[in-house]
Amino acid sequence: MADKKNLPIGGVITTGGTAHEYVTGGWRKLRPILDKDKCTNCLICWVMCPDSAIIVEDGKMIGFDLEHCKGCGICAVECPDKVKAIKMEEEGD
Amino acid sequence: MAITMTKGQVGLTGNTAVAYAMKQINPDVCAAYPITPSTQIVEEFSGYVADGAVDTEFITVESEHSAMSACIGASAAGARVMTATSSQGLALMWEMLYIASGMRLPIILTNVNRALSSPINIHCDHSDSMGARDSGWIQLYSETVQEAYDNLFQAVRIAENEKVMLPVMVCLDGFITSHAIENMSLLDDAEVRQFIGEYKALHSLLDTDNPVTYGAMTLPDTYIEFKRQQSDAIARAKDVVSEIGKDFGNRFGREYGLMEKYMLDDADVAIVILSSAAGTTKVAVDELRKKGKKVGILRPRLFRPFPFKEVADALKGVKAVACLDRVDSMSGFGGPLFNEVRSSLYESEKRPKIASRIFGLGGRDYKVKDAVGVFEELLKIAETGKVEVLTKYITM
Ligand code: SF4
Ligand code: SF4
Repeated sequence: MADKKNLPIGGVITTGGTAHEYVTGGWRKLRPILDKDKCTNCLICWVMCPDSAIIVEDGKMIGFDLEHCKGCGICAVECPDKVKAIKMEEEGD
Repeated sequence: MAITMTKGQVGLTGNTAVAYAMKQINPDVCAAYPITPSTQIVEEFSGYVADGAVDTEFITVESEHSAMSACIGASAAGARVMTATSSQGLALMWEMLYIASGMRLPIILTNVNRALSSPINIHCDHSDSMGARDSGWIQLYSETVQEAYDNLFQAVRIAENEKVMLPVMVCLDGFITSHAIENMSLLDDAEVRQFIGEYKALHSLLDTDNPVTYGAMTLPDTYIEFKRQQSDAIARAKDVVSEIGKDFGNRFGREYGLMEKYMLDDADVAIVILSSAAGTTKVAVDELRKKGKKVGILRPRLFRPFPFKEVADALKGVKAVACLDRVDSMSGFGGPLFNEVRSSLYESEKRPKIASRIFGLGGRDYKVKDAVGVFEELLKIAETGKVEVLTKYITM
């Protein structure tokens, strides 16, 4: 979008996957903190996160993509009541 | 519906002719919600769909807002898209009209002009399309059934022209043109196909190998650039409309320009007027010419973009002009046509005197005697050089 003379007409974004380049992590006021000992790897947080910011490897929840996590706290709410493995903490300034 | 031809001529109403043009264009998608007086367009076209006479995907929707939304989605997917509406229907599309033009989608909409509520009224005036005059749509106003039919094919070419890529609204007068039967001639399907060609969209939402996003947010760092692009495109459309009108004439013998001039070249006074009322005015011109009065007509066919320079040129030698608007822009200063024409003349060395006359709202008859009355007033203005009343309602 930098070259203003060659903007695609109609505001069309002509390539896919550009959301990845948009670093929404800058908006974050609260940061999710994972307690690995409590986590059962049910992956409900992965399903519910609106920014695809839950990192999963080999079927295991291993942490957050903090470049894109905008700190909404949905994962912390959706993590099952009996588990509650995610806590939201204030971001430092 | 069976259409019978005698010596190449058919008698059709405006609505039937538009529906038939849509059948010949055979768009990929039509999403529409019928409304008086454009109902028969949608009704007859849906008949063609039901009979398998077209390949069109016909989307029935619950409102005009949805009709235009579906048109936008389909057009963004790369389809050739058409719809039709009137009055409140166009008003309900408002939000989406701007989205269609901003996304540069070449959608074709036939608007059968009808007054806007309130008070509720189903008859002709231009308050619907004139309200949408700044929505970024190209607007063509048709005088006759033949012209409405011919405009539809040209609209497809104009909208899809790569220098333009904007939606086009083809307007015709409710009931007066939409429901009256006129003699006209139809094009062959093959001629239509050759004239409009295939539509190849720049992008398609359905092309998963080349994914694109339509309708993304733009912030202060780019929004104005997109609007500037759009503004340049609609300005470029003027020459494209001329070129396509000429090509239409070369192929089919009926040439269309940005405007029609009737007995204007040597005229002392002129009426500027849109659509079917120009026909009535022509009768008045013929009568007055027989009495030796030098009167003429300028009928802009293209209202958006407005051909400012060409209008000023056309009115160069005229001493007094009345702009007759079948709509009031409620600005306290005459109708929209008046304001555009008056503004066009500002750069002219010798400006004619000019007056605004609002007529025929809500389907009030505009008669030959009304036109004669305006011409007589104009002849007096030409003589005295004084405009006694700048703006007023006539046909009261
Ligand atoms: S806080 Fe919101 S954005 Fe961040 S990981 Fe949790 S659900 Fe996703
Ligand atoms: S919802 Fe809770 S328990 Fe389930 S994977 Fe996420 S953090 Fe672990």
